[in-house]
Amino acid sequence: MLETNKHIEQKDFVLSVEGLTVSFDGFKAVSDLSLYVEEQEIRVIIGPNGAGKTTVLDLICGRTKATEGSIKFKGKELTRMNEHQIVHAGIGRKFQTPSIYEDLTVFENLELSYPRGRNVWGALTFRRDQQVIDKVIEIAEMIFLADKLDMSADLLSHGQKQWLEIGMLLIQDPELLMLDEPVAGMSVSERQQTAALLQKITKDRSVLVIEHDMQFVADIADRVTVLHQGKVLSEGSMERVQNDPKVIEVYLGH
Amino acid sequence: MNFIAHLFARYQLSHMLILALLLIVVLPLSMDIFRLNLIGKYLTYAFVAIGLVLCWGYGGILSLGQGVFFGLGGYCMAMFLKLEASSPENTAIQTTPGIPDFMDWNQLTELPWFWEPFHSFGFTLLAIILVPAFFAFVVTVAMFKRRVGGVYFAIITQAVAAILTILIIGQQGYTGGVNGITDLRTLHGWDIRTDEAKYILYFVCVALLFVCLFIGKYVINSKLGRLLVAMREREDRVRFSGYDVSAFKIFIFCLASVFSAIGGAMFTLQIGFMSPTFVGIVPSIEMVIFCAVGGRLSLLGAVYGALLVNAAKTSFSESFPELWLFAMGALFIGVVMAFPNGLAGVWTTYIEPRLPARLRSPVPPSTIPAVAVTTTAETSSTPSANPTVEHRHAGN
Amino acid sequence: MFADYTMTELTSIFAMQGFAGLTLFSVFVLMALGLAIIFGQMGVINMAHGEFMILGAYTTYLTSNVFSSYLPESLYSLYFFVALILAFLAAGALGAFIEWAMIRHLYKRPLDTLLATWGLSLIMQQLYRTIFGPREVGVTLPDWLMGSIALTDMVEIPINGLFVMAITLVVAVGVGLTMQKSRLGKQTRAVVQNRPMASAVGINTARVDRLTFALGCGIAGIAGAAFTMIGSTGPTSGQLYIVDTFLVVVFGGASSLVGTIASAFTISQAQSTMEFFLSGSMAKVLTLLVVVGILMLRPQGLFSLKIRK
Ligand SMILES: Nc1ncnc2c1ncn2[C@@H]1O[C@H](COP(=O)(O)OP(=O)(O)O)[C@@H](O)[C@H]1O
Ligand SMILES: [Mg+2]
Repeated sequence: MLETNKHIEQKDFVLSVEGLTVSFDGFKAVSDLSLYVEEQEIRVIIGPNGAGKTTVLDLICGRTKATEGSIKFKGKELTRMNEHQIVHAGIGRKFQTPSIYEDLTVFENLELSYPRGRNVWGALTFRRDQQVIDKVIEIAEMIFLADKLDMSADLLSHGQKQWLEIGMLLIQDPELLMLDEPVAGMSVSERQQTAALLQKITKDRSVLVIEHDMQFVADIADRVTVLHQGKVLSEGSMERVQNDPKVIEVYLGH
Repeated sequence: MNFIAHLFARYQLSHMLILALLLIVVLPLSMDIFRLNLIGKYLTYAFVAIGLVLCWGYGGILSLGQGVFFGLGGYCMAMFLKLEASSPENTAIQTTPGIPDFMDWNQLTELPWFWEPFHSFGFTLLAIILVPAFFAFVVTVAMFKRRVGGVYFAIITQAVAAILTILIIGQQGYTGGVNGITDLRTLHGWDIRTDEAKYILYFVCVALLFVCLFIGKYVINSKLGRLLVAMREREDRVRFSGYDVSAFKIFIFCLASVFSAIGGAMFTLQIGFMSPTFVGIVPSIEMVIFCAVGGRLSLLGAVYGALLVNAAKTSFSESFPELWLFAMGALFIGVVMAFPNGLAGVWTTYIEPRLPARLRSPVPPSTIPAVAVTTTAETSSTPSANPTVEHRHAGN
Repeated sequence: MFADYTMTELTSIFAMQGFAGLTLFSVFVLMALGLAIIFGQMGVINMAHGEFMILGAYTTYLTSNVFSSYLPESLYSLYFFVALILAFLAAGALGAFIEWAMIRHLYKRPLDTLLATWGLSLIMQQLYRTIFGPREVGVTLPDWLMGSIALTDMVEIPINGLFVMAITLVVAVGVGLTMQKSRLGKQTRAVVQNRPMASAVGINTARVDRLTFALGCGIAGIAGAAFTMIGSTGPTSGQLYIVDTFLVVVFGGASSLVGTIASAFTISQAQSTMEFFLSGSMAKVLTLLVVVGILMLRPQGLFSLKIRK
């Protein structure tokens, strides 16, 4: 019985977060949080500002160290790993505000994210061969920037920067993709394009998305987790969550 | 043919050629050996400045302690030469013949253990590279693994420079104290004090300088160079693209310190002594200004910066010694506030655009037509693109 | 190394060296307070801080000259209190000017500020040399500061040292109160914690920056005035202390007053106690090495605040 349970856990959950707690000088931004993400699942985290959503992503990707609890990704414990080791394990993360290299061109931005030559020697001997170029062009087409490859990244619009960062993650081909408010600050048409992009890129991986736009959430989510004050308030399908009195209370209560 | 054109662009060979012409032909033909020897001395500082372009200009790591590495290289070389100059025959009048004179004056009766291996020239050459590299490695591993950078790192390097100077001055018997290691004569029996030797050493210095320039160019052109630029702006993003940021910082700092050490060793050879005046806080920070004047993002600029500032210093302090400190102070302030990209910045923004097209530096040809490759920070950096500090990690 | 001394001798040695350490401690604290305020507030290191201190010292020197040449002798014993205020004002005013002319243009480039203020320090040194000459100058202490108090027949404590310590205490408490209670102090802390927010709620951050910088430099001026009590002043005297002061600041955690004082105390005591048993230079090397070593293992210093980036 135990055996099979363990088997199931390893098989079905790409990510299992258990009892996760982080405290900043006594303030618990995330407390005793558990979260399981299945393979190929698109999970959306919602919650009011300051609920601890970004902090959860920070904890998973190693940017913030957990005070307590465990984060297992494909059976590997992440809490003791460095950021780059976590990336190597197969997790990609997009920040809330676009984080790209403004001094470099779009091409170079993508090229730097290409998962080869990641140590000192590799970086010194890295060659821009056809394989790299093809991959960069392929990704650039996906993120609607194929004609902007030579452009310096600081000249892109806000939405295009968001896409570029998503592209930088895609080129890493992560098994778990974490996106922090990917459509925030985008125009309506950019939002639609992004939704289509996400549909496309989420096919063969698990995705953890933080988002406020409910229509967008309803469009893409398999399951939704509602965070409130660092704790899980509710979890399940969009419908279930939307009708959960506790959620309604938090969102409309005050 | 295409390949050569490619190389030309990639390494700015035309600019390199102009510098080579200047250093190998023009200066040696137009100067007597005394002046040329001075140029040789300035060039040894250029090694440090090139290193600073890599670690400060590209990597955003400001070191106020490069004199430490210059000194380590210089002292390694000086120890070897001093031992050769202190053969038992040369030092027969001492209480203990066969040890350096300053040791004898300080009542040492035996060569200290760490001097022993410097009897070997092979060991000395290795030590010139490895001792500073190891030292740099220890300091940077401790700091960068803990994500310390920026102002904080600069202050620590300055403290290290202060410590080493006090140590060298305090431990006279082992180091020669304030005077340093002087009275160096021969290298394997070859008298380095003759004019002929000085000519040869000058050319060796120039050759090594170009080796360092090419290594520097290679690094900047490689993906590592672009990573450094990326790290300066968005360290977190680089980390979350799967790179171990500290490893790259450690590497570039060690490389810079090795360059400095080679400069120091060439200084000892050409000038014939090494002393703590080239190690401490003041010389270390002056070396930063050589780099800043030339342009912190330009390897060639750093060489010109070292040459010009030092030439100015020599002529100034000959004629108006009091004015020199004013000039130097003004230089620090002026370069930082008005010309953060130094002479190289002035060249690329003001002079080059007015030149006829064929005199401009060629844009490197693209590998594929659709994707033009621009040399990154070298041309695209604006004053706002200055190194940002890595703040101390607030958590943990 | 203790074996050659008897117990009583050791006690006296520690007492004497401990006291010598306290004078060093006073200079460190006075220097470091100003530097720490500026660094904590703007992340800027003022490499010319030592020269601001020397400005205070020269101001004191000039004041004492004016007192001894133009005023009745009975007033001389008071010159120091006048000098203290003048030193504070002179260094503070220059600080405000430098902030306006230089520092504020460089806030986003802290490394460049290091270099620019270094340039400033060179210019100030040369100015001092031109005006006051290369030789060190000293002030004549008023009678009541001369001499020493004998505690036991082996332990004597100089009065000027005690006086400097008293000044240090007063300044430290004053700075503490200013940062805790005054409007400027509150605004400063608000700006440190969240600059855009502080600016959004109507705090004039540019003005806060200017005042903080001026205050830091002014305290350096006071340090200079105190400095004349225990040593003579030359154009480059300030530079000798600068590295130690930096280390005091970072070792103390850079953001807390208590940290700065504790770290000044630790470093000065360690140095002065070791000085008795080792040569002066080795004591210094050892102290600095230990401090740098600890900083490598614990970069946040002895005390640190957690601030979200
Ligand atoms: N490094 C930190 N230090 C102190 N407090 C933090 C830190 N990181 C996050 N917090 C606090 O944790 C809470 C949750 O923040 P966050 O995860 O950004 O919320 P969300 O993304 O859900 O809006 C906030 O109150 C924030 O101030
Ligand atoms: Mg958030």
